[in-house]
Amino acid sequence: MNLPPVSNDLRPVVEEITRRFQGRIDSWQAPHPNEVYCHAKMELVAGFCAHLYRTWKARLVTLFAEDARAGEGVFHLYYVLALDAAHGFLTLRVPVSPEAPEFASLTDAIPAVNWQEREVQDLFGLKLAGHPNPRRCALHDDWPEVFPLRKDFDLRTKLPPFTGVRHKFREVEGEGVFQVPVGPVHAGIIEPGHFLFSVAGEPVLYLQLRMFYVHKATEKLFESLPIPHCVRLAESISGDSSFAHATAFCHAVERAAGVEAPPRGRALRTLGLELERLYNHAADIGAICNDVAFVTANMHAMRLKERVLRVNEQLTGNRLLRGMACLGGVRFDLEAEHLRALAELLDWFEDQFKELVELIRGNSGTRDRLETTGVLTPQAARDLGIVGIAGRASGFDHDLRRDFPNDFYDQLQFSVPVFSVGDVQHRMVVRREEIFRSLSIIRQVLGQLPDGPIRAEVGEAPPNRVALGYVEGWRGEIFHWIHTAAGNRLTRCKVKDPSLQNWPAVSEAIMGNIIADFPVVNKSFNLSYSGTDR
Amino acid sequence: MFEALRQSLKTGIVTTNYPDTPLEVSTRARGKPEIDWPNWKDARPAAAICPTGAISYEDANGRRAARLDLAKCIFCGLCADVDSAIRMTNLCECAARHRDDLVTSAGYSLKPDGAHERMVSPPSVAKPLPGGLTPSQGASLAAIGRQIKGRAGNMFGRSLHIREVDAGSCNGCEVEIAGLNSPVYDLERFGIHFVASPRHADMLLVTGPVSRNMELALRKTYDATPAPRLVVAVGACGCGGGIFGQNYATLGGVDKVVPVDVFVPGCPPNPQALLHGILMAIGRVSSKSRAEA
Repeated sequence: MNLPPVSNDLRPVVEEITRRFQGRIDSWQAPHPNEVYCHAKMELVAGFCAHLYRTWKARLVTLFAEDARAGEGVFHLYYVLALDAAHGFLTLRVPVSPEAPEFASLTDAIPAVNWQEREVQDLFGLKLAGHPNPRRCALHDDWPEVFPLRKDFDLRTKLPPFTGVRHKFREVEGEGVFQVPVGPVHAGIIEPGHFLFSVAGEPVLYLQLRMFYVHKATEKLFESLPIPHCVRLAESISGDSSFAHATAFCHAVERAAGVEAPPRGRALRTLGLELERLYNHAADIGAICNDVAFVTANMHAMRLKERVLRVNEQLTGNRLLRGMACLGGVRFDLEAEHLRALAELLDWFEDQFKELVELIRGNSGTRDRLETTGVLTPQAARDLGIVGIAGRASGFDHDLRRDFPNDFYDQLQFSVPVFSVGDVQHRMVVRREEIFRSLSIIRQVLGQLPDGPIRAEVGEAPPNRVALGYVEGWRGEIFHWIHTAAGNRLTRCKVKDPSLQNWPAVSEAIMGNIIADFPVVNKSFNLSYSGTDR
Repeated sequence: MFEALRQSLKTGIVTTNYPDTPLEVSTRARGKPEIDWPNWKDARPAAAICPTGAISYEDANGRRAARLDLAKCIFCGLCADVDSAIRMTNLCECAARHRDDLVTSAGYSLKPDGAHERMVSPPSVAKPLPGGLTPSQGASLAAIGRQIKGRAGNMFGRSLHIREVDAGSCNGCEVEIAGLNSPVYDLERFGIHFVASPRHADMLLVTGPVSRNMELALRKTYDATPAPRLVVAVGACGCGGGIFGQNYATLGGVDKVVPVDVFVPGCPPNPQALLHGILMAIGRVSSKSRAEA
């Protein structure tokens, strides 16, 4: 069999797999040196993934389906495995026949795919076999039997109104056990989701999550818009990660079109990503303090966030960096005055943030509440595939900026803070450390900002190309997988926000804690409901 | 304790004087787009590049009705990049009491190639064109009817409790709404604050295009809010569905579900625009935008 042209790091993996699964692999495809696709049959999935997990320390970062009935007469399932050490992605693609729309669950072996498998079941009507909890996930219980991501389902279909059929949660029984339902409309200024706590006295025995209240047909919309409009849609996947999502999407399209952003464009993208990290991390640190009643710290943190947002507006015209991302680079160049404003912000921010850190450090009450609260053990984090800040606070040494550097990150020196304690305190400490590294990264970029154009021309994307775009957003790794169609459109876009991966960690971390600590535990993860539900 | 005091004293007062003193807005900031209606050569390129359909047109009998719907606009400025008749201003206070107030349209006669020959009906707000382009928002009209001018101001002018409801937003609006509580904007200085329950609220601040899964929750929240109550729809999604529009999972705006008193466009509206919209709802600023006044 002809092996595809892949990166030197990936080659041994591909060779070993070819040997091991001889005769059971139909073909290989490598649209990009660090992105290789293996086409095979459904029977291979479990063994293939288990082998990659065991032998190559792979992680299943996303799994999704595609309706290819029109062209190839089947549905395709994609299992995207990240090989952190080999800096590459290996994707297994298997067909599912429309006559027997069923696929085998991996959840027992890889709990991290639980929700994603059920999402495929809901949105494509492919039935899950062997899933421990195959109930509806993406579509709520009263939705009619529709499969929105199938091609024969129209985006504008008008469905009967929501009647509010109650979801049947798992029963938790015992003397003195009672249920506390919360949401979807919460007490704070946050997004909607439903939490059902089962408590015995104060401690939480079990937390069940009901998400997807803000499902907005985003992935289906990607299929209906011309590619340039999709950049703006990507900005609306999760507002606090507007720039990261839009950049991940642009990476995917650029890969498909074989275009690379020019150096200055890549450098400016890096600035945008780090500014996004800065304002979110500062706001989160404040909000964590706020949830344990240390309001003064939150006031200072909000002041810091506001200043970053204003500089964002000065630089890009929008406080959340919207409108800045575009295919091939960025839309606005930074002139001398903008660079000066940015440099001033860094000095001011660093000075003020250090004071804030001291303020929090000196408050023993805050530490009492944060330490040993909401612990996510490294083992649980590994099993659930927890990524991003939550992963790094629980011993998962990983960061796409370092392991899969794109944009300007390969030109920069920075370390990745990792702790194994996994409590709220350490999720805050990871943020604190990342803020200092972000400041350094921005200074490094400003110190070596290349001249030249800020974007490359990305013409019409060639049809029938697949590509994976990725970015380490402030919350964790973001993936956009696209399959292009004729006329500068997409036939499928899969969006993977780290929140979808990390929600089960919230359930895990709250167990045994008191219900009054839930807000702070939840805030320490600060997951995006919109990014999860799309 | 002493450290906290020392820092607070050192920081001093950071709160703005808005709305008494206008806020400084950076030159690059993108607010609402402005169209040079009489000299608009062709609506088609701008309509083609607009990701949300905020700029649209309809041709009939050699005439074109072209319109700008500020409710749907995400202020991305792509239209201004391709059309010299469109300019991005940095005005962000564009809240309106009426959905139709956010729609401006003009009529043009057409050249054979489809470009505009000349403007035949001047830009008008809230007046449906012969093409029937501006759908009347029955629910919102009813809301306006309820709000006799000044009544809301008398009732809520000195103290207002707000319940925020995310009915499907991307959380961008929440980032900015949370900013209203920061010491910089300090909503409490107006006697306004956010409360945890709709039962304590006078106003619902609603974001998102209203997802199908949140429709019932929004209705219930509205019903749980004691009358008289105000509803402010926030953001391009809340005002007009935004980039999501109306699809199998979204309803296309807050006024599709509950009557809306004030619409605050923007994607997301910044704290200043939000404050302007909230104050407008309780009659503490006039419905005319400060910049126009």
